[in-house]
Amino acid sequence: MQKKFTCPLDRESVLNLYFLEHRSKLLDIAAFLDRVDRAQPNEKEDERLKIFYQALEILRTKKEGRAKAILNLFSDPTQNPIPTAPSKGACGVYLPPQKED
Amino acid sequence: MGYIDPHIHMISRTTDDYERLALAGCVALTEPAFWAGFDRSSAQGFYDYFRCLTEFEPKRASQYGIDHYTWLCINPKEADDLGLAREVLQIIPEFLSSPNVLGIGEIGLNKNTKNELLIFEEHLELASKHNQPILVHTPHLEDKKKGTRLILDAIQAHNIPPHRVLIDHVEEHTVEMVLEKGFWAGMTLYPETKCTPQRAVDILEMYGKERLCMNSAGDWGPSDPLAVPKAILEMRRRGHSKMDIQKVTLQNPLAFLGQSPHFQTEKILEESAE
Ligand SMILES: [Zn+2]
Repeated sequence: MQKKFTCPLDRESVLNLYFLEHRSKLLDIAAFLDRVDRAQPNEKEDERLKIFYQALEILRTKKEGRAKAILNLFSDPTQNPIPTAPSKGACGVYLPPQKED
Repeated sequence: MGYIDPHIHMISRTTDDYERLALAGCVALTEPAFWAGFDRSSAQGFYDYFRCLTEFEPKRASQYGIDHYTWLCINPKEADDLGLAREVLQIIPEFLSSPNVLGIGEIGLNKNTKNELLIFEEHLELASKHNQPILVHTPHLEDKKKGTRLILDAIQAHNIPPHRVLIDHVEEHTVEMVLEKGFWAGMTLYPETKCTPQRAVDILEMYGKERLCMNSAGDWGPSDPLAVPKAILEMRRRGHSKMDIQKVTLQNPLAFLGQSPHFQTEKILEESAE
């Protein structure tokens, strides 16, 4: 379905338009991860952070369809409707329900 | 050149926003019924909301030359209470003949629960019975992909023709399954949680311009009622043609919304050419 070169611009023009903006977004991510490291750790590492690092790995290694691959990584992989929801909200990544000991 | 915002919650916006929309070229908008940020305590609360959507908002919009249309339902966030949901389903038919009602929406799923799915299916039956087009909300963030799949399966199981349904809030991981099955797809331009204007234009470049629309979904949360004109600007910056811009922001919405006999296609076409 996806064709190559579907953006009307050439690469240099894409970089001229967007490089500075995304350079800044990259630095935001770097500073965010530094901020997390400078914060007092909790008893258990937050699952969201683990998945965030996996997403960065996708950026580093995947060649195309990066946005889709990251969205898939964050998504609930189960198939069936759940009996009830713990809350109305969503946190941004799928966290399997905690089993009670 | 005029444009249509097919999904925007004007009840949460000030009258100044109607003015800003008009100045930016918006000629018509459609406002689906949604969650107010808190659960309403009774069906009467929805009755009053539907009156606002069918009486008050069209008047407010008309002061700025904007045609206001609406979609009615009980949204998935409140649909988990089956008793309340069924009471609300009973009051919807009385509003379906209002001149600005286009159909049933935004129905769908939120956390993909069994009750949400049950009420979603009861809305599908209501839409079928009254021959109404449907506007579908897909869940947020990590729940979107699974929810979109459940929604598409339910619609197909109810034998509703896909061209009568717009599946909203698609992103890179859901747009393909929606378009492949023949549905209309909406991209919601949100600053953080859905699609940015840049990503929406990327999706247009990757998946084509057939059956794809863009909306701002401007509501009471962080959102931007001028998101569609910003996406138009984004298309211009990249060198997309005037014709392509018009297709996505005017012709496609006209084709989908025009399936409702209440939608005044000719009038809006004239207004958009002014
Ligand atoms: Zn909405």
